Amino acid sequence: MGENMANVSFTFNGGSVGAEVPDNTLLVEFIRETLGKTGTHIGCDTSQCGACVIHINGESVKSCTMLAVMANGQDVTTIEGIADGDKMHPMQAAFHENHGLQCGFCTPGMVMSAIELVTRNPAASEQEIREGLEGNICRCTGYHNIVKSVQAAAQVMAEK
Amino acid sequence: MYQTNYVRASSIDGAVAKLDDEAKLLAGGMTLLPTMKQRLASPETLIDLADCGLAGIEDLGDALKIGAMTRHVDVETSEIVAKSIPALAVLAAKIGDRQVRNRGTIGGSIANNDPSACYPSAALALDATIHTNSRDIAADDFFVGMFETALEENEIIIAISFSKPTAAAYAKFPNPASRYAMVGVFVAKGDSVSVAVTGAGEDGVFRHAGLEAALTSSFSPESVEPVTVSGDEMISDMHAASDYRAHLVKEMTRRAVAACG
Repeated sequence: MGENMANVSFTFNGGSVGAEVPDNTLLVEFIRETLGKTGTHIGCDTSQCGACVIHINGESVKSCTMLAVMANGQDVTTIEGIADGDKMHPMQAAFHENHGLQCGFCTPGMVMSAIELVTRNPAASEQEIREGLEGNICRCTGYHNIVKSVQAAAQVMAEK
Repeated sequence: MYQTNYVRASSIDGAVAKLDDEAKLLAGGMTLLPTMKQRLASPETLIDLADCGLAGIEDLGDALKIGAMTRHVDVETSEIVAKSIPALAVLAAKIGDRQVRNRGTIGGSIANNDPSACYPSAALALDATIHTNSRDIAADDFFVGMFETALEENEIIIAISFSKPTAAAYAKFPNPASRYAMVGVFVAKGDSVSVAVTGAGEDGVFRHAGLEAALTSSFSPESVEPVTVSGDEMISDMHAASDYRAHLVKEMTRRAVAACG
C-alpha cells in the first residue's frame, strides 16, 4: 500500500496554514510537528486524558483522535491562540492566580475545555464544572484549584 | 497511527461507490480511530461521510428522525429532542465526555453496535427504524450480536427514526474509567412497555421480556422487584461479574421507571 498524501489547510489561531502530509497524520501531530506549536500535548493518545484538547469552530475536541485532513476548512484554535497579545486569556489568568496547575502538563487541554464549558454555560455550578471537565485528567492538583480557577474565570468572562 | 488512505465522499452514492472489503466508513471517528491505533482494525481506506449532508433532527409528528451524522452534542442540546423525546437528550448527554460528544455521531454508534454503547438501547426500546441507502430496518432485526448488525457490506445508515413514547427514561451505571455503560437500561412506555438493556448482554443489546411483562401490567418501580433477572447470558469481566450486572439491570430499570414520573 502506497502512502497517500493529503493537502491539509485550515484557519489556525487567526491565520491560515497549509501543508502536504501523509493521510494518517493525526491533527495533534500536524499541530506539533508540522506547525511547530507544542503547547498542545500528547498524553495518553487514546482520547482519555484531554491533554491534546483544542477548539474547532469554538468547540473542544481531542486532537489525538482526529486526522489532520479532517480539519480542512475549519477554524482551529490552540492554547497559543487564546491570549490577547501579551495579555493572558481570563481562563489562563485564573489558573495562574488560583494555583490551578502544578506540573502543567494537562493545563493547555484543561484551559481549552474550560473555555468551551464556560462559554456554553456561563453560570455553571461547581458540580457542572466538575462533570464538564470529565474528559481532562490531572494527576497533580486533585482538581480542587482547577475548579476554583474555572469559577473565577467564569466571573471575569461574564463581566466582559 | 496505522497507515491508511483518506477520502471524503461528497454524496451517499459516492461513498457507496468507494466501499469495498478494505474500506471503512468514517463518521465522528471516536471509536474507529482509537481502534486503528490499537491495531484492532486496519482499513486500507477511510471514507469520511462529513460532506454527505447526513446531519439534522426532524420532528415527524409520531416519530423523531435523526440524521446519521448528527453528533451527540446536537441531540443533547436540541430543542426538538427536548420537546419530543427528552430521554434521548439525557442519554446523549451521558455518552463519553464533552469532547467525545462534540465529534461522535448517532449513526456511528448504531452501526458499531458496541455491547456497552448507549444508543442501541434507545433504538430497541423506542421501536426505531434504521434507514439505510437501500432499505428500512426495524431495530429488532438490526442488532444481530456483539459488534454485529444487519447492515450489508455496501449499506450506509442515513437516519434513525424513533417512535415517540408517552413516557421514557434512560438510567446508566457508567464504568468510571471508560464512561461506557456497565449497564444501561432504556424504558419506554406506549401501549405496552419496552425495556432495553445495554452493557450486560453477551450478544449485545437486548430486550427483557420478564421486565416488560411486569411493567406493562403495572408501571411502577415496585413492579421490578419480583422479576427474576438471570445473569446466565451476561458479560462477566474485570469490571463486573455477570450476577452483579444482573443486579444492576434491575436497579437501573427501577430507576428508569421512577424517572418516567
